[in-house]
Amino acid sequence: MTSHQQSYISVCPHCRQPITPSDERPSLEVVQADSAPAKPQRNGEPIISFRQVNKWFGKLHVLKDINEDIYPGEVVVIIGPSGSGKSTMLRCINRLETIQSGRLVVDGYEISNPKVNITPVRAEIGMVFQHFHLYPHKTVLENIMLAPMKVRKIPQTEAKSIALELLKKVGIPEKAEAYPAQLSGGQQQRVAIARGLAMRPKIMLFDEPTSALDPEMIKEVLDVMKALAREGMTMVVVTHEMGFAREVADRVLFMDGGSIIERGTPEHFFVNPVEERTKAFLRQIL
Amino acid sequence: MNHQFNWAVLWEYRELLLAGLKITIQLSSISIVICTVLGIILGIMRLAKNALVRLFASAYVEFFVNTPLIIQMFFWYFALPMMLPETLRFWLWSHNYEFIASVIGLSIYTSSFIAEAVRAGIQAIDKGQREAALSTGLSGFQTMWYIILPQAVRIVIPPICNQYLNLIKNSSLAMTIAVPEITFQAQAIESYTFRGFEAFTAATLIYISLTLTVSFLMSRVERWASKGQRAVVA
Repeated sequence: MTSHQQSYISVCPHCRQPITPSDERPSLEVVQADSAPAKPQRNGEPIISFRQVNKWFGKLHVLKDINEDIYPGEVVVIIGPSGSGKSTMLRCINRLETIQSGRLVVDGYEISNPKVNITPVRAEIGMVFQHFHLYPHKTVLENIMLAPMKVRKIPQTEAKSIALELLKKVGIPEKAEAYPAQLSGGQQQRVAIARGLAMRPKIMLFDEPTSALDPEMIKEVLDVMKALAREGMTMVVVTHEMGFAREVADRVLFMDGGSIIERGTPEHFFVNPVEERTKAFLRQIL
Repeated sequence: MNHQFNWAVLWEYRELLLAGLKITIQLSSISIVICTVLGIILGIMRLAKNALVRLFASAYVEFFVNTPLIIQMFFWYFALPMMLPETLRFWLWSHNYEFIASVIGLSIYTSSFIAEAVRAGIQAIDKGQREAALSTGLSGFQTMWYIILPQAVRIVIPPICNQYLNLIKNSSLAMTIAVPEITFQAQAIESYTFRGFEAFTAATLIYISLTLTVSFLMSRVERWASKGQRAVVA
């Protein structure tokens, strides 16, 4: 590791203060399942905090009085029928959607305040979309290197070594020079995850990351996400993959009609849900 | 028909034709650069969040698209200097103002068509591209510059190429404000020699070779801009 890289990791990009060990971001090293560190306990402040958040699309009330705290290191899976507001809730976290009332604090920034500049907050949040949205005119490597070079101002050689390491981590180092159109859906999504990780984010958001994939490609993407969860990444995942939710989630939120109807551990959620609507939903999909 | 062709007059007056060609190339290339820059800026302005900016860009486009180019040229050449202080006016007139006025006319006129093409090109890019770029922490400007515009370029090259060809052909209108370009010189040869057929045939061939060259260059640019997208089945 070069000295430059060292300084990049240990200094907060916003306040230029050294980052204390407890803030340290997950390393890039591939963590094997059996050597994974124990899940961090819920400690300190939530990194994402919704308070009485409301959002309308025109007359449609899509988020109703959302209250939720997500802590560093947690994996929160949001499930629910389509149109329930789960993707919208996720997209509010990096202000791809704005909210009309309530308070939303992410990584210490009050992003519900329109005067707060969202750009530095977004740099700390990786996002993976249903339809990948890789940049078609750039190679896989360039897709991953762009933000670190342009936002963090990392030199090209260093950005490249970070990108190559991430490609190894998601299992497709041989595709570095390919264009997105030359990859399968599963490979594209893994590149998209690598692109999100290249900024060494504190939070990763996943918006139905496997919904557009052929069944045989879903596993390869979920495996990458599981490895990420084991490393202690804070993750908010909107998905229909109940197996993933059961295995990986620390908490499951069930949304319907713009509200969080029920929340709890996967055991609580899948074994003895309390709410009628949750039971009805689970009956339909399980 | 007993017309006796005399193609030798073209050789005799080659100096005039070459001088005209040089002016046409200068006029067209300077205007192409300016109208492209203006067109891109205006195309982006038409999609701005700020309503005032959008309104300005729309008004600009509608105004210049919907008035004849020759009127615009006359305006820049005959009308505009009258609004200027006398010293500046005389300075302009003694500094090749007819050339400057025709560059202004051609650039502004063509930029409004290019703005429309650019707007359509940007709107054709999946909004997910913008969201993905913004979500990585890129600024709005960086997103436009590194992600949206490079993809929009591929889409807008064919319509923009058409506008470049129109511009080259429209540059012949500059003769009406006494710019000695190709058409002007062909007219001059005709009036010296009464060899109109030969003179305008020469002008026609010169315009065709100019426009075909530009078409060819633009198709190469399009291939370059499409890297990645053409690799679908590779």
